[in-house]
Amino acid sequence: MANVRQLNVNGHIYTIEADADASLLFVLRDHLDLTGSKYGCGEGQCGACTVLIDGKSRRSCITRVGDVAQKQITTIEGLVQGNRLHPVQQAFLDEGAMQCAYCTSGMIMTAVSLLNAKRDSSAAEIARSMEGNICRCGTHPRIVLAIQRAAKVMNDSKQ
Amino acid sequence: MSEDFNFVHSLEPERYELTAPPAYHFDVDRREFFRFLGAGVLIVCVLKDARALQESGAKQGGTSLPKEIGAWLHIGEDGSVTVYTGKVEVGQNIRTSLTQAVAEELHVPVETIHLVMGDTKLTPYDQGTFGSRTTPDMNLQLRKVAAAARDTLIVLAAAQWQVDRKRLTAADGKITDSESKRTVEYAALVKGKQLTETLPADDPLIPAAQWTVAGQPLPKVDGRDFVTGKHRYPSDQKLPDMLYGKVLRPASFGATLSSLDTQEAERMPGVVVVHDGNFVGLAAPSTEIASRALSTIRAEWKSQPQISNKELFDHLKKNPAEGSGPTDSPFRHETGSVDKAFASADHRLQQTYTTNYIAHAPLEPRVALAQWSGDDLTVWTGTQRPFGVRAELAQAFHLPEERIRVLMPDMGSAYGGKHTGETAIEAARLARAAKSPVKVMWTREEEFTWAYFRPAAVIDVSSAMRKDGKITGWEFHNYNSGAAGIPTFYDIENQRIEFHPARSPLRQGSYRALAATANHFARESYMDELAHLVKMDPLEFRLKNLKNERLRAVFEAAARKFGWEQAKPKDHGFGMGGGFEKGGNVATCAEVAVDRKSGEVKVVRLVTAFECGAIVNPDGLRNQLEGANIMALGGALFEAIEFADGRILNGRFSDYRVPRFSDVPAIETVMIDRKDIPSAGAGESSLLGVAPAIANAIFDASGVRLRSLPLVPNGLKIA
Repeated sequence: MANVRQLNVNGHIYTIEADADASLLFVLRDHLDLTGSKYGCGEGQCGACTVLIDGKSRRSCITRVGDVAQKQITTIEGLVQGNRLHPVQQAFLDEGAMQCAYCTSGMIMTAVSLLNAKRDSSAAEIARSMEGNICRCGTHPRIVLAIQRAAKVMNDSKQ
Repeated sequence: MSEDFNFVHSLEPERYELTAPPAYHFDVDRREFFRFLGAGVLIVCVLKDARALQESGAKQGGTSLPKEIGAWLHIGEDGSVTVYTGKVEVGQNIRTSLTQAVAEELHVPVETIHLVMGDTKLTPYDQGTFGSRTTPDMNLQLRKVAAAARDTLIVLAAAQWQVDRKRLTAADGKITDSESKRTVEYAALVKGKQLTETLPADDPLIPAAQWTVAGQPLPKVDGRDFVTGKHRYPSDQKLPDMLYGKVLRPASFGATLSSLDTQEAERMPGVVVVHDGNFVGLAAPSTEIASRALSTIRAEWKSQPQISNKELFDHLKKNPAEGSGPTDSPFRHETGSVDKAFASADHRLQQTYTTNYIAHAPLEPRVALAQWSGDDLTVWTGTQRPFGVRAELAQAFHLPEERIRVLMPDMGSAYGGKHTGETAIEAARLARAAKSPVKVMWTREEEFTWAYFRPAAVIDVSSAMRKDGKITGWEFHNYNSGAAGIPTFYDIENQRIEFHPARSPLRQGSYRALAATANHFARESYMDELAHLVKMDPLEFRLKNLKNERLRAVFEAAARKFGWEQAKPKDHGFGMGGGFEKGGNVATCAEVAVDRKSGEVKVVRLVTAFECGAIVNPDGLRNQLEGANIMALGGALFEAIEFADGRILNGRFSDYRVPRFSDVPAIETVMIDRKDIPSAGAGESSLLGVAPAIANAIFDASGVRLRSLPLVPNGLKIA
């Protein structure tokens, strides 16, 4: 069985010992104690486990750790710059876009990936892009507002 | 509101809440308290009134604390305020609204307050966080505790300065003398003190009209921890040498083990297998190894044939199960003479409505981490009833409750679905065998299958009505789902209302708003049918039969905001529904669009008017209302558990449809702030109008009357 010995997460090189077939989500959570990425379904249906692989959103629960050993992985823990929140994180706070917040890190990661690619989406387009992320508390309208707010902030500051 | 109506409500049983353990007697030496908390001022809220307390001999200043405690608050030498409550945070944002209540009365900045919640060792006994009781009960208790703390500080300052306490005011963590303009910080006042006060019963609270912190929007108090991934949910808890547990699930509900082979799993390094009766589980060094080990276990199960969802409604009517327990006691209300009313009616109408089982599907599945230290057990778990879980553990392991501590870190939602302690028991059983801490986190499939469901319902409604639309007789029978929200709030002279418990083929339990959702769906759909029968506008028809001012106000407010009278596009329909439950009054208007070719039904717009007394946190309330509307959308349109032969057939998110972004309509809320009425909770009653409003709007758009929830799991068939 092939093993993975190194993982690049949030700019750090971690030394690990994991089966290449293991799910990235459980390697992050169990081995690296990066618990901001959540388990919600194990089949890539809810988006709570979303991370960025080379800047693009990916469901870590159905990602083999062997497939991302050579890539840059970003989790919710890696978004803060120094003490400053990423504009998407700040926007979620400003819009009160959470209740239990268990879906929040996955929502934020998906939104960051979206805004990295496109910042002029309409509310309907944002909703379409977020379709794969489940919020059971029903904060969807606030999440769309938060993403619009973050898009504006990122455009203004040319991040 | 008629007297009968009040009577019925006061007797309404909170069904499906497991029986609470006997009142817990807290017996702590106050010196121990200060050893633990540090010096300062401790204010204790006692659930009995002050007189009863004195008669029972519990006096302030003694060494033991009174037993019936609701909450307590401690002000430390650094000015920090710590509040202890048995309530838990599940996403309803009570950590924030309760903090606001304390800040308001104690006159301290929100940042200086920390709430310790749902820890059976540190917080007073609490039956559980459900039934929309936090705002009416705990909010009031904490306000009283905080007000008493403020008064104690004023007395301390008056003594220190030798002045009349009437000259002193509290603000921003300081006491100020209005004449000499001297100030002293709370921290300085409590330095070196070990002062305990029990709550003075007559301490006046700040009226809602004068609130400055409460009544204002306040963001989630620890929001930053949630957007950075720092917050540790129950599933994120970790201990040194912790193992990951998995449980082998039976092939079907009620199945018993007939053969078992665990040899291969036992040979795997670091894996501990437990077989105890019907319980088979294992603990392993990682989730991945645990899953692999579980897949090697060979087991055969003996099962009984069981019904499927296709036979469900027939089964519920034919299998009564009346008992006297919390889940099976019948309910009956009769007033006037229903038979006479029916005999002399101009119109009679009989209809049947049904609702399917649905799942809570909280995004964080059940999870528990258990650690033994000799015979002492500590469990971190996601539950709405930490004290209830402690009782379950005590029973399962034959331990006194004092040896068990249950902690509940703020969790990933519940909606009434996390009242029980099975995961805690599983983790504790595995941890005892493994001699290491063990965490058991249910998979999504386990959560969908082995938790419990919102009860299914069959509801028969009939009525007698005069030509002019006045309802004179009302008969309402709910089979299986419950009595919550079963009394009609319309003014009807002759009523017969019954709840008939039934033998449920699936494990069922509490769900946000309990049976009130099914009962309101049936009643409000039926009201729409009656309105059409006498060709009256559904709003006018309701108002004709409704005296209750608070309900009239929400119906009228929703209709006004919605534009009930306005013209609608082709194939669009308007509908309304509303009601009353647990102190909250709600009315929802819905606009739907029906595609006649494809049968697709799109909810375009929901407008919900809500009133639950004085509003504590307007933004928190709006968030609850929006969320309730969206959650209710799922059960209204497409959520249903499919089952056959003791198995769940659609127990995963790829098979069980929940509301997603594209399902969410434009949502508007109207919040009526009644500062003259004590605050009630809003997490449950706010759902009630959505399903009937949508069903009635579909009828308006298409002429098709749908009487079963979910309404359109496979689209609408227009004949």
